[in-house]
Amino acid sequence: MTELEESARLLYRGPDWDYRKLKRVHDAIERIAHEELGLDTYPNQIEVISSEQMLDAYASLGMPLFYRHWSFGKHFARDEMHYRKGLTGLAYEIVINSSPCISYVMEENTMTMQTLVIAHAAFGHNHFFKNNQLFRTWTDAEGILDYLDFAKSYIAQCEERYGVREVERLLDAAHALMSHGVHRFPRRGRLNLRQEREREEERRRYLEATFNDLWRTVPTPESGGEVDPELRALEARQERLGLPEENLLYFLEKRAPRLQHWQREVLRIVRQVAQYFYPQKQTKVMNEGCATTVHYYIMNRLHESGRIDDGAYMEFLHNHTNVVTQPEFDDPRYSGINPYALGFDILQDLKRICEAPTEEDRRWFPDIAGNGDPIGTWRHAWAEYRDESFIMQFLSPRMMRRWRLFRVHNDAEDPDLEVTAIHDEAGYRELRKSLAAQYDLARHEPDIQVVDVDLVGDRKLILEHRVVDGVLLDVSTGMQVLRHLANLWGYAVILQEVDAVSGRVVNEYPEVAPDHPFVNGA
Amino acid sequence: MVNIVDRRLNPKDKSLANRQRFLRRAKRQVLDAVRDASAKRGVKDMRGEGEQISIPADGLGEPSFRKGGDTGVREHVLPGNKEYRVGDVIPRPEGGGGGGGRSEGSPDGEGQDEFQFVVSRDEFLDLFFENLALPDLVKKDMKKTERFANQRAGYSVSGSPSNLNLTRTMRNSLSRRIALRRPKREHLRELEREIDGLERSGKEPQRLRALIEELERETHRARQIPWIDPIDIRYNRFEPVPRPVSQAVMFCLMDVSGSMTEDMKDLAKRFFMLLYLFLERRYRHVDVVFIRHTHIAQEVDEETFFYSRETGGTLVSPALDEMYRVQRDRYPEESWNIYAAQASDGDNTPADNPRVIKMMRETILPLTQYFAYIEVGGQSLHMASDLWRAYDKVARTHPVLAMRRVRRRDEIFPVFRDLFTPVQKAKAGA
Repeated sequence: MTELEESARLLYRGPDWDYRKLKRVHDAIERIAHEELGLDTYPNQIEVISSEQMLDAYASLGMPLFYRHWSFGKHFARDEMHYRKGLTGLAYEIVINSSPCISYVMEENTMTMQTLVIAHAAFGHNHFFKNNQLFRTWTDAEGILDYLDFAKSYIAQCEERYGVREVERLLDAAHALMSHGVHRFPRRGRLNLRQEREREEERRRYLEATFNDLWRTVPTPESGGEVDPELRALEARQERLGLPEENLLYFLEKRAPRLQHWQREVLRIVRQVAQYFYPQKQTKVMNEGCATTVHYYIMNRLHESGRIDDGAYMEFLHNHTNVVTQPEFDDPRYSGINPYALGFDILQDLKRICEAPTEEDRRWFPDIAGNGDPIGTWRHAWAEYRDESFIMQFLSPRMMRRWRLFRVHNDAEDPDLEVTAIHDEAGYRELRKSLAAQYDLARHEPDIQVVDVDLVGDRKLILEHRVVDGVLLDVSTGMQVLRHLANLWGYAVILQEVDAVSGRVVNEYPEVAPDHPFVNGA
Repeated sequence: MVNIVDRRLNPKDKSLANRQRFLRRAKRQVLDAVRDASAKRGVKDMRGEGEQISIPADGLGEPSFRKGGDTGVREHVLPGNKEYRVGDVIPRPEGGGGGGGRSEGSPDGEGQDEFQFVVSRDEFLDLFFENLALPDLVKKDMKKTERFANQRAGYSVSGSPSNLNLTRTMRNSLSRRIALRRPKREHLRELEREIDGLERSGKEPQRLRALIEELERETHRARQIPWIDPIDIRYNRFEPVPRPVSQAVMFCLMDVSGSMTEDMKDLAKRFFMLLYLFLERRYRHVDVVFIRHTHIAQEVDEETFFYSRETGGTLVSPALDEMYRVQRDRYPEESWNIYAAQASDGDNTPADNPRVIKMMRETILPLTQYFAYIEVGGQSLHMASDLWRAYDKVARTHPVLAMRRVRRRDEIFPVFRDLFTPVQKAKAGA
């Protein structure tokens, strides 16, 4: 083959990138992704940014636009320091779950890195965002950027109108409850963020149109105007207020008696954002696994078909290996299980099971072993599972042996830890169950619910933390959050920790009164 | 279908607003940290690139409900088993549960006790010198207006093409076209279409003729009335505005005689260093004069002032003489604000004291806006030094003389702030 023909087939040579090459590479990757892997993606938008902009993007949760808050400045300051001191590198890419799907690539990257990033983010993550059940249920990729634009300008307007301090205080309180501001179970149709904005407009117009100054001066039944003994029944109350409610932000937005309209709207914005990111928290392993598998497949295909040269392929392998390394538990570099490595390895193992299963695999995975369609099996997995169920379903004994997994039982009462399962016949199911549980958000995030409101008395809000395995809340942060909660609610708040199994109250927090409540007309 | 966009040209510092909010929020802690940092550093490092500071995380924490680490039962699955079998017991490692089970609940993934970050040099100095101003910078002299800044000042009918104001121009053009009834393009097209139709159908020849005439008239008119006339054109107008610069001169006096130990010198150095940075930062035009003295005084450059060694006796009055001489030569009182700062261990030949008092009262203090005297070194608190006693007398009658004692490095900054914080009654015009 002559030099000339070779270069015609090669997508690029050498380390430098330019827009023409990016386009060519993208098109070549797209062909493989759509024709061979059968991926279904949003249209792509690839944005070239500098490292400073990457840091900027980090600081606002990776979103291209976001409302302003000091905490993002704090994250920025820290990331910047780590980066400058060389403690951490920057991610090679950030990708946004929106339509068009926006992937950031850095200008410092070599052409091979750009190719890798396009395959990884613009096709792997992109496909996952578009097809995974959780994302389809909970996020609205079409509307998110418009919604954030609305959120940003709305909050800026509030700052102008009510003062930066006041809005900041409200956001602090809302952020403290962010992890408990999501609906965990779908209860209505797909949300549409575009309508959100119009709805807010409409509400405001309605308020303005129906404003009657007289109402302001009518005395409100503040301290229990009429006491209906019927209401004392807890069920009736709970029924009426839709309790118990686990989405604290939603509850406050709808029910907090003393908030103003704009404050409710801000809570709503924080809630929508939390909800948008909720699926990403539950699919770290799968999302990265999917993207890593896709880029690995595509880069190999490019190399096989002579579209990238050996040097580029070596560079890719070097980077890929770095990404999917899993240090062992006694390695100083160990900091938990690497989602890239776990996701990638399970998916590669799945491919093996589909193509060349052993006897053991046939026993464990009767419905997929030897079906000869690894790619279809992958696509099915990417669409239908989240981390916890994915591990529960697909972690094979062979994988556990390869990773030499073992389980440690850690009881805070005991001085020592105990090994309770290892990678042997007796331990496989145990290990799989525990590892899956490790990725179950519901186990990480305390289950806290509003259970009762004393409407006729002093309007106390009563919360319950359902304790699993005796793990209580962290007291100091817990108290701070309760303070925020009390300020939003406007009256005192009580938190009880109740054992989920026996229903016994194991711990009770002192009643927290608001120290600086958000009040009407304040 | 792909879009490749170059975002590198977007404005940088998207996070700047958030960063400023963060600093504002953390101000108190940052200030304390900055103060500590300045106590620990050498003179030269003050001009470094930036400053890493750690601040306690309280008040900056972002609390959320998370599970505590010291209760209950947990299970961790870890990779890389070497020798464990079921039932083995592992001593609990330092730092809590078995390593791998760190919950991902914490949004910032770090300990809650310390928060480290880097402030840039500008931010550092801003915080450092916040609310400080040279006292009574009142004699503003306009002699040295050193630059003219351009300010937008309406529009003009002439200017360079780069200053063309398109909006204004098009607005004028539009109003002129409406006023002169320049036929609209749509109107002309309408006519043409109608003529076309009539010509094809061959009906109503009269109307056709009338229309053709009208079309001719209108096109002629449109040609006569230009789309944009020179009369429409407007340029942005800029006016050069003088930016006043207040000039100040700062005399730094230091005793470098044998009685000043290295340690004391170091303290004095720090004080002047602060001063120097402060002036450089706050005022655009500040001259600094360094005068060191033993029993003889001389004006020196900065390097010599801070870093070369001298021995000799101690006389303060020559330094004051030298200062007066330099001031007379180069810094006429009517166009310069004059400040002085003196650092000394308080040593002075007792015979010199009356002369010092006289000098201060009659020449130096009337000239200066402010005279800061800091006494360094470990003199006992009960025994006031010679110079201190002398200055003390003067200070009672002349409030422009301020005196403080500094003993340790970490006192420098508070004293400095103390000296240069504008007094409430006299709003320093900074």
